[in-house]
Amino acid sequence: MTRKMVTIDGNDAAAYIAHKTNEICAIYPITPSSNMGELADAFSAQGRTNIWGTIPTVEAMQSEGGAAGAVHGALQTGALTTTFTASQGLLLMIPNMYKIAGELTSTVFHVSARSLAAQALSIFGDHSDVMSTRATGWAMLAANSVQEVMDSALIAQSSTLQTRVPFIHFFDGFRTSHEVMKIEQLEDEDIRGMIDDEWVIAHRNRGMNPNRPVLRGTAQNPDVYFQGRETVNPYYEAAPELVQKTMDRFAKITGRQYHLFDYVGPEDAERIIIIMGSGAETVEETINHMNASGEKVGMLKVRLFRPFSIKHFISALPASVKKIAVLDRTKEPGGAGEPMYQDVITAFAEAKIEDYYQFEEMPNIVGGRYGLSSKEFTPAMIKTIYDELNSARPKNHFTIGINDDVSHTSLDYDPEYRTVKGEVFRGLFYGLGSDGTVGANKNSIKIIGEGTDNFAQGHFVYDSKKSGSTTTSHLRFGKDKIQSTYLIDKANFIACHQYELLEQFDVLSKAEEGATFLLNSHLSKDEIWGALSRVYQKQIIDKKLKFYVINAVKVAQETGMGMRINTIMQTCFFAISGILSKEESIAKIKDSIKKTYSKKGEAVVEKNFHAVDQSVSNLFQVDVPTTLNGSDALRLIVPEAAPEFVQKVTAEIIAGRGDDLPVSAMPNDGTWPTATTQWEKRNIALEVPVWEPDICIQCNKCAMVCPHAAIRPKIADEKAFDGSPATIKHVNARGKEWEAGSEYILQVAVEDCTGCNLCVEICPARDKSNLSRKAINMADQRPLREAERANWDFFLDLPEVDRDNIKHASVKGSQLLQPLFEFSGACVGCGETPYVKLTSQLFGDRMVIANATGCSSIYGGNLPTTPWATNDAGRGPTWNNSLFEDNAEFGLGYRLTIDKHQVHAAELMTLLKDDIGAELVASIANASQANEPEIFEQRMRVKQMTDIVEKLDTPLSRQLLSVADNLVKKSVWIMGGDGWAYDIGYGGLDHVLASGKNVNILVLDTEVYSNTGGQKSKATPLGAVAKFAAAGKPSGKKDLGMMAMSYKNVYVASVAMGSNDAQTVRAFMEAEAYEGPSLIIAYSQCIAHGIDMAKGMDQQKLAVESAYWTLYRYNPMLAIEGKNPLTLDSKPPKKHVREYAMNETRFSILSRIDPELSAKYIEASDVAAKEKYEYYAKLAAISYDEA
Amino acid sequence: MRLSTNYMGLELKNPLVPSASPLTEKLDKIKILEDNGASAVVLFSLFEEQIEQEDSTIEHFMDYGTDSYAESLSFFPQAHEYLSGPQDYLENLRKIKEGVDIPIIASLNGATPGGWMQYAKKIQEAGADGLELNIHYLPVDFNESSADVEKRYTDIVSWVKSNVDIPVAVKIGSRFSSLPAMAKALEGVGADALVMFNRFYHPDIDLEKLETKRQIHLSHSRDIRLPMRWISILRGNVNMNFAASGGVHSAKDVLKLVMSGADVTMLTSGLMAYGPELIKTIEADLITWMDENEYQSISQMKGSMSLIHSPKPQTLVRDNYMRTLLDFQANNKF
Repeated sequence: MTRKMVTIDGNDAAAYIAHKTNEICAIYPITPSSNMGELADAFSAQGRTNIWGTIPTVEAMQSEGGAAGAVHGALQTGALTTTFTASQGLLLMIPNMYKIAGELTSTVFHVSARSLAAQALSIFGDHSDVMSTRATGWAMLAANSVQEVMDSALIAQSSTLQTRVPFIHFFDGFRTSHEVMKIEQLEDEDIRGMIDDEWVIAHRNRGMNPNRPVLRGTAQNPDVYFQGRETVNPYYEAAPELVQKTMDRFAKITGRQYHLFDYVGPEDAERIIIIMGSGAETVEETINHMNASGEKVGMLKVRLFRPFSIKHFISALPASVKKIAVLDRTKEPGGAGEPMYQDVITAFAEAKIEDYYQFEEMPNIVGGRYGLSSKEFTPAMIKTIYDELNSARPKNHFTIGINDDVSHTSLDYDPEYRTVKGEVFRGLFYGLGSDGTVGANKNSIKIIGEGTDNFAQGHFVYDSKKSGSTTTSHLRFGKDKIQSTYLIDKANFIACHQYELLEQFDVLSKAEEGATFLLNSHLSKDEIWGALSRVYQKQIIDKKLKFYVINAVKVAQETGMGMRINTIMQTCFFAISGILSKEESIAKIKDSIKKTYSKKGEAVVEKNFHAVDQSVSNLFQVDVPTTLNGSDALRLIVPEAAPEFVQKVTAEIIAGRGDDLPVSAMPNDGTWPTATTQWEKRNIALEVPVWEPDICIQCNKCAMVCPHAAIRPKIADEKAFDGSPATIKHVNARGKEWEAGSEYILQVAVEDCTGCNLCVEICPARDKSNLSRKAINMADQRPLREAERANWDFFLDLPEVDRDNIKHASVKGSQLLQPLFEFSGACVGCGETPYVKLTSQLFGDRMVIANATGCSSIYGGNLPTTPWATNDAGRGPTWNNSLFEDNAEFGLGYRLTIDKHQVHAAELMTLLKDDIGAELVASIANASQANEPEIFEQRMRVKQMTDIVEKLDTPLSRQLLSVADNLVKKSVWIMGGDGWAYDIGYGGLDHVLASGKNVNILVLDTEVYSNTGGQKSKATPLGAVAKFAAAGKPSGKKDLGMMAMSYKNVYVASVAMGSNDAQTVRAFMEAEAYEGPSLIIAYSQCIAHGIDMAKGMDQQKLAVESAYWTLYRYNPMLAIEGKNPLTLDSKPPKKHVREYAMNETRFSILSRIDPELSAKYIEASDVAAKEKYEYYAKLAAISYDEA
Repeated sequence: MRLSTNYMGLELKNPLVPSASPLTEKLDKIKILEDNGASAVVLFSLFEEQIEQEDSTIEHFMDYGTDSYAESLSFFPQAHEYLSGPQDYLENLRKIKEGVDIPIIASLNGATPGGWMQYAKKIQEAGADGLELNIHYLPVDFNESSADVEKRYTDIVSWVKSNVDIPVAVKIGSRFSSLPAMAKALEGVGADALVMFNRFYHPDIDLEKLETKRQIHLSHSRDIRLPMRWISILRGNVNMNFAASGGVHSAKDVLKLVMSGADVTMLTSGLMAYGPELIKTIEADLITWMDENEYQSISQMKGSMSLIHSPKPQTLVRDNYMRTLLDFQANNKF
């Protein structure tokens, strides 16, 4: 049979089989598995059926725990059911996994294996998650490449139905889940050939049915539980052989033969590596190279890791083996060794004892760890391991790929060792996330993979920021199968799609001799040489690079493509890479354009065609001179003034040299310094705001909405400006509260600004003679950079405004408070961070933050730099992220500690009152700390007390000093998105609200799972299109605020800064002041809404004007005073929800998919919005007068 | 009594044709118009911007932020094929053609020669009986001469005419240095009819927000005088049909316009103000008036008051201006 060749990634391959072979998918997003659920949902939405002709039901759940529960239920009632997950998500499924296995239930969970959060979270790949499920009784089948994912997914599905043992089918997160490869797609006929209908019917017949009732889930007692547990043994004993038979059956159909353990190498090899997952591909590539050079090394690929068949394992190994390295992609601290190592040792010991031992002598077996969190695993490392096995006593429990200068576990390797033959095309493409480089490369892989007989591989690396992020595409093409599951470090083609990147890192460091270098540059082929730094000139000359330039931005503009340079750069790549002839490649690009855009109309197709033609005629080869005349070097990564840790560690990570940092450079318990974003000058904005003091009304709204704290006001005495830089601007401070001679300054951090435009949009002040000119306007960043850098430094040195002189509960006042959250990696125009920043301004010096996993934990804590900052006194927010699901409880834990330690400190003070003085003890114990001045006074009193206590130096005094800090009010903040608050963390959030404890909960409500790419949550509104709600969400948003209000003792506020910033500030102040649980639900615009992010605040306004979003505050203190606790802050609606919704793609796209349904939803949303407003208005109007 | 009229080869039972507006967007509304006696309908316009930009906009927002960060490589589901504005228009046109018996004239609104004109062909394929090209252009380029502007019109019409077989009407504004020359030029490139005139909606200033705001005012009967004058000047001098648009609210308006030379009169504001029943009322009033004044048919009166047939032609040209002023002076009490 001729099968279709497709270029897809691992997730796609798994989802394809899962959707073909199941009836129900219960899903929940988690990186890097989210795409599998999304694809399954998309397939069903497109009407694709499984092999039995029915469209699988895809149900999005509130957590992985929920997904596992739904899977368990669906399985128990007889449906073929699956799910997709990874990492902590898989861990949340463990309780159900025990049940599913205990009940001998057939299912396959597809897992893109990922690191577990330990000292830090990591979204990248290793086997920590799957290894944590070893004890559940699930079979574990590993796939090493994208083709194997498709094959193993089917083998697992077939096997589980035969064996009744549930399967985890896993593959490496990102490396395999996101690697695009050309593979052979299994056809329905193949799939049918692997699954007998009778197995499916047997599975259904085992399902619960009142017509043949059974009871499962009994509680068993000491008398029978044990025996019951042993009943399953025959199934586990039979399983390996059944899986092997399934593999054999698969081989008959497809020609691809797998074994439970696949040995590769000469039959007389003495040194062997045992490995599982994508790393096996590189090991195979390496041994092929080594053996071709005369060595005799082998490897064993472990496919079926559970049930671990010792017999199959032993018989797969050559009798000649003398040295074995077992490589585990996980770490089990404190264990006798990593899991697979232990299994291998056990297998050898048992084989010996049980007498099916076939080896001349007991091999020397060592274990090693590699590749945690997608750490590179290269032929050089593998060669080193084989070399190590040559030694008399190879190092055991070693690590490879890092420099462990603490425990000295690591093996040194020679990074220059390589296996790849020259004829493989190895291309590196540097671009920005926003320029479409990755999309174009995915398209190129498709063109080459599906249009030629070349093998193709694409792997994409993204940086840690959500704004201005750099992407690196690694593309390989060749006539032979590609097994290089590692990044390209010697490229024969390098494309730099953004000129600015030349300054940020050495884009040619990985160019090999004779490589081709393609640069998108505003400079012509004659101008470019002189503009390049010597770093590049030298490499171009020394490495004899073929150097091409194109002004892709100009071509894009001239051909009506706007800023989209991707098609142009792609055309240039084809034109000079030589993979296809120029004519053929252009024809194929055009064909691909036609396929992509034909539905969008001739005009779009023609425009793209024109861009393709113009690309070729604007591409020029540079005549490379032989002399160097460029400037010296790349810019410094961080300024010299940065602290030592930032210089030594942070800067290295920023520079892309984090892989080279030794273990000793890492904090050992996950503790990192705050306030380090200030050292990373990213310069990502093309345009930045410029202030016009003569027009400004000093309202500070610009600072309020700035997501990155990059525009800041201060008030300073005019004398403070003596000696200021020449271009600094300031103006008389407006307002009676300022002394004469006070000057107002509004300064932009142009190197930290992301150019989102929100400040300009919100600015209410206009030039009376030219209404297009505001008090801030955007201008090119580059010409301003140097001067504004000096101005910013000067601004920072100006004293902060005295907090006692400012009205905190106002927009103007709050923005004169120093932000202690700055320059995060949040998206351009982020709707969340202005609220986060506001909390830091109001309460930063006493904040303890629990942050749910999600966008806010990523921009709040994703390395290299940390945005939570400190004030001059060194105080500032202290922050931690526990998990996604437990954040409210985590934050409550903070409160419990603080309260306990406060009580204990008071107890200790009482015991020491003779030394401290009864009056001071009483004044501390009884102090009111209702506002900042009172807190300041308390801080002074506690300082006075600790000064005395420090001198005592007794056991009691030392105890008191360790808890005395808690006598000063701390502000506990629990933050996260709607995915956490409305879905996965709702149970905990509800419990914490009910606890009555003094915590402040901030829900950054984007109405969608933003961080994982826009999946629906229970905050997603009616009719919005989101992932898992491709046809528009058919139900409305949960009224979380109303639910919280039902407790009566919870402070609740619903805010939207863009509609009423003063109400926002008031709500934050009241929430924090309330001595009980507070919940603030903050409308936050998001990229996932599909809007012009610069108009985010306008959308907030429209949301409130249409009553789509209601502003209110529910303050239980008012009820105590006998007043109505609810204040409705929204005015009566004056707009239809349509006027808000149709500006957002999440709503408007539905009008293109299903206009009638869209109209129905919008109308229903409007009715619901108005009803909600009326309801709240009535509640707010109830008289609480006792009369 | 024969109310029938021929417009671009389409035999219409009366000269009452609802023009392109939100009233002519959906089948249900068009059916109501048909039931009330509309002889044809000009469909809601498909705009150049819809074809050239709107889909790029949706595509932009669907793509924005993708492939930037490893956890969120996209933000929207890839499940659905969505209908682009133009596809939706063609689909709607097909549905309407199936649902009504009267001729449907599609409307394509644009001003820049380009890819959007291809949609003329697709509109023809979708079954339209005729096409109205609404060339709605506001020149703001100080280097663009009046000849350049006129060429823009003839280029568009010429391309469309050479690519479709259905009749093509051109809806124009009234502001040309020489409207007769423009009309001749459009005749030269094959236009089958002129629709006179497009109404430019002039934005207002919102003094509270200090920004310009859109405003639409419905037309009034007095507005018919502009098309009336120009149709009467052109009638008989250029070989095209004429549709009068703007201000048709009553049978009298229709009579005046037909006498000036209009083959059909187009209605929107009147329908918005009085509802679709207005067509029935006008039709009945036409019959009454024609009966009272002993007219046999619409064709009988068509162009009877045009410049070449007018009993007082001077009142239609410059003389009219002078006399109007003199009258004004005579009546002025100031």
